[in-house]
Amino acid sequence: MSRNAMLWLLWIMITVPAGLYVIAAVVYGGNRSFLLVGRTTNGHHQIELACDACHSSVFGDAEVLQNACMNCHGAELKNANDTHPKSKFTDPRNADRTEVLDARYCVTCHREHRPGITNAMGVTMPNDYCVLCHRDIGEERPSHEGLAFTTCASSGCHRFHDNRAIYGDFLIKHAGQADHLDSQVAAVVDWLKEKEGAARKVRPLIAADADAPAQHTTDAAVAAWAGDRHARAGVNCSGCHTSAPDRTAWIEAPHLAQCQSCHAQQVTTFSEGKHGMRQRPGLSVSQDGPFGLFKKTSLPTMTPAQARIPMKNDAHDAALGCNSCHSAHKYDRVAARTEACAGCHNDAHTTAYFDSPHHELLKKEMAGALPHGSGVSCATCHMPAMTARADDGSKSIFVTHNQNDNLRPNEKMVRSVCGHCHGLQFSLNALADTALIAKNFKGRPTVHIESIEWATRREKERARTRR
Amino acid sequence: MRIVKTGVVALIAASIVWVTAAYAQWFGKAEPKGIPYQQVADMLHAVMAADRTVYTVRVVNRLQNEEKVITADEHFVDKKALPLPAQMFRFGAEKAAETSKTFSYSLLSLWPVNRQNAPRTAAEKKGLQHVADNKGQNFYTDESLGGKKYFTAVYADPAISQACVGCHNEHQESPRRDFKLNDVMGGVVIRLLMN
Repeated sequence: MSRNAMLWLLWIMITVPAGLYVIAAVVYGGNRSFLLVGRTTNGHHQIELACDACHSSVFGDAEVLQNACMNCHGAELKNANDTHPKSKFTDPRNADRTEVLDARYCVTCHREHRPGITNAMGVTMPNDYCVLCHRDIGEERPSHEGLAFTTCASSGCHRFHDNRAIYGDFLIKHAGQADHLDSQVAAVVDWLKEKEGAARKVRPLIAADADAPAQHTTDAAVAAWAGDRHARAGVNCSGCHTSAPDRTAWIEAPHLAQCQSCHAQQVTTFSEGKHGMRQRPGLSVSQDGPFGLFKKTSLPTMTPAQARIPMKNDAHDAALGCNSCHSAHKYDRVAARTEACAGCHNDAHTTAYFDSPHHELLKKEMAGALPHGSGVSCATCHMPAMTARADDGSKSIFVTHNQNDNLRPNEKMVRSVCGHCHGLQFSLNALADTALIAKNFKGRPTVHIESIEWATRREKERARTRR
Repeated sequence: MRIVKTGVVALIAASIVWVTAAYAQWFGKAEPKGIPYQQVADMLHAVMAADRTVYTVRVVNRLQNEEKVITADEHFVDKKALPLPAQMFRFGAEKAAETSKTFSYSLLSLWPVNRQNAPRTAAEKKGLQHVADNKGQNFYTDESLGGKKYFTAVYADPAISQACVGCHNEHQESPRRDFKLNDVMGGVVIRLLMN
């Protein structure tokens, strides 16, 4: 065999298997990290190896990606009363606008794997993108004449999607509010009243009622269960440790599916946030492949070690599930709302909490010095009671377990959290003050947001013109 | 021989031009088989106008202006009010756009409360002016937007109840405040994607 022939043979022997390996990785999965074309955003890094989550078709186009975006974020946008919905841009009369900013597709502004151009909230457009459609805003609103388009989204002014707490009439309605409102009680109190009012009347269970087979339980576990909520609500051991249709098979460590059978919205929202997004149904790192070479494999459960924000060293290996915060048999809501968070999180905001006025209020509430709902825990702000409407119009109220839902932009917190105790001006100022946030709101805001003044001034000018 | 060749080439060229022109004349403008675009637009508008009238007169005007039991407001969720008739119309348009890409519709005005609802395309400007100036007449045209061709129809949107007049004359953002009952306040623009 000539030297050239041998080289060709060698080239084929290397190239063909390598090519097959790449194709197999694309189609069936496996270790796909070499396929990542750039560092993934903070929002998606946990699921970056479940390529199919976004690239659901190898030959997918923008519509495929759009469907993937909406699968996870559609409900959130709908709930936020999205100010720039897709329907606004599919209207032919806005065809010229989509030519400069194709807002029919999320990826126009939120391109993944582009670390060099990724700004806050995964936006990959220059921060003055509003100019593309609102160039002449100064003619409509003289007060905006000469303002830089990089300032549109300053805290308290405008947001592309969610303006529920900063639209003009809302600002005007809440102008002049005191920093601290007369009533300072978290909304969850009202929710609990409604929830408890609708609760079914069941016979509370006691330790003697426990139906767990002896080999699967301990006295301590039964005692913890008997003294807690599940027993009081009539939920026996088999309620969580077995699953329909086979109620005879004992599940040693109940998983999300078991919790979900009663706590559907809590589990759904858990899998929408950063704690549980890896456990969202349908996400996998590989699919079943030919000759049994590939097996469908789910993403491994998230652990604090893989987080991109500071976590405590001794918590690095804790796999995140319901029991991470709610212990298995003693469903302790109090511990779950502060201690559980601080057990892993080690950033300035978290560590400062225990020296904050919010924590002082919680301690007073726990001591009985303040009414129920007066204390402010981590969960009060990051897991508030939410109202959601289904397509059939039905309303549901539940404690969201998606801790990220109201974080970015943080004005989303105004209505669901801050506004229950604080005036709007104070809330907007505080949320714009990054140093104050790091101190967990110990002190007063040093930033002043002018949007309320602008809105009230405009209203007065309009009223004067009308006369 | 050269003259013959030139003549043949000229004949072929002339034939191509003639056949192309004839095709364009006979088939190019032909609408696909089925109901004509204008009729489809008129039918769609009949449904839209009927629903809009029913909501405005039997719901908003009755409950807000006559019985005074509830108001209609742009921020109807926050204020626990009824959606404005224009919002109701827009919500329907958005919902329809989710299920069909073959047509779209919107409610526009030469005097819009929301500037986003001012005419933008040449057809919209001409059509809204036409229905405002010629009471009882509709406006039909073709237009190309984003590389696609549309049959565009514009229908007058009159003030059918006191609720319309009162709201537009009193709204802070309204650029015109002298509307009377039955005045043309704007127009419904329907676009059908042409094959």
